Amino acid sequence: MNVTIVDYQSGNISSVINSFTEVAQGKVNLEVTSDIKKIKSSDKIVLPGQGSFKSCVDSLNSINGLVETLKEFVITNKKPLLGICVGLQMFADIGYEEAETKGLGWISGKVSKIDNQNGKFKLPHIGWNEIEIKKESKIFKDIKNKSHMYFVHSYEFIPEDKSVISATTDYSSKIVCAVERENLLGTQFHPEKSDKKGLKIIDNFIKL
Amino acid sequence: MLKNRIIPCLDVKNGRVVKGINFVELKDAGDPVEQAKIYSDGGADEICFLDITASNENRDTIIDIVRKTAKECFVPLTVGGGVRTIQNITDLLLAGADKVSINTAAVKDVSFVKEASKKFGSQCIVVAIDAKKVSDNKWEVFTHGGRNKTGIDAVEFAKQVETIGAGEILLTSMDRDGTKSGYDVELLKVITDKTNIPVIASGGVGTLDHLYDGIVKGGASAVLAASIFHYGEYKIKEAKEYLNSKNVSVRL
Repeated sequence: MNVTIVDYQSGNISSVINSFTEVAQGKVNLEVTSDIKKIKSSDKIVLPGQGSFKSCVDSLNSINGLVETLKEFVITNKKPLLGICVGLQMFADIGYEEAETKGLGWISGKVSKIDNQNGKFKLPHIGWNEIEIKKESKIFKDIKNKSHMYFVHSYEFIPEDKSVISATTDYSSKIVCAVERENLLGTQFHPEKSDKKGLKIIDNFIKL
Repeated sequence: MLKNRIIPCLDVKNGRVVKGINFVELKDAGDPVEQAKIYSDGGADEICFLDITASNENRDTIIDIVRKTAKECFVPLTVGGGVRTIQNITDLLLAGADKVSINTAAVKDVSFVKEASKKFGSQCIVVAIDAKKVSDNKWEVFTHGGRNKTGIDAVEFAKQVETIGAGEILLTSMDRDGTKSGYDVELLKVITDKTNIPVIASGGVGTLDHLYDGIVKGGASAVLAASIFHYGEYKIKEAKEYLNSKNVSVRL
């Protein structure tokens, strides 16, 4: 089995590489690449993302054929993809960070700034918060409801179809923090920084 | 609900921990990687390395430590000390740091913070402010461990770095640092009230009550401490259980 972490110059992905390497040891072959051929032939894809929505989308678009390859992988071939943080946010049609920017459009919805209620809530939302599991999810196997995960973000994904939401977290409002629609999975929090429970989520994804 | 974070800080000099944990089970008391692992296994919400290496030629050792630590600790890792250039940040992030903390370089040229947050994202840029009280309700930014006066008002500086892209502020009271008499709660309160980004309290922790004061009275989102954990006076877990017993929400 080949799992590929897409390296598209989207900021710091060392932690994603480290934690997947830790979990993948002796189980799967892990690649970190932006090579289209390798992405096409892999069994699972991890799409990380740090920085702004716009900078991530721009970086994806700057690699010739990458967006089409990912779309084919996810939409046509229905193979598993895990988006992390901005990697998840990019599933949306549109994002509003820096400038209005078109997303991948895989799950209808938008990415807007968290309402901080006039400064009542500090942004970025940084730190450990509990997740409320909304539906059975393949990556939450053996993860208890109300488990703590590590978050760093100021923007939230608001999907139109609420049935894709697999978990929310409470910060100013119920923020969508995990989605799942068939083979398409995403977490707003960082499983790679969420200690043993985060590694378990990664393990669940690898074992899909 | 978002939990208040407890962050142990390790001072590293030439690749060795200076103020180290005196745990008997340690094979090598000066090994930062081993100590970080103990903290991480003990429930630390983040790990902070402060590189106090004076010379530039030994800077690579911190990179190596970060690389090794990041392979064993799966909680966020912040590295500060001597971060002066975009290349410094790139090197630390590539080695596995999740955030860098910028101190002197931000004071010298605040546009460096802007450049760094634009390039790497606010989420990984922490601005460390060392402040000293100069008169009633007035604090000034100091550099070089409290020796150099800058003439910059700490509150104004905090507001400024927020505007230009800092993701967090690591606020150290130079009056309290090393005294074990508690955080400068007044300073914390002013800065947490005047800014909308998370503030990490630092400098002066001697008891678990001080952690409580930093969060509840000072409004800090996270509390950083060195010696109370290093010398084994308290374990991270004890600190968390204490805070929890006083209705401060923490990750248990």
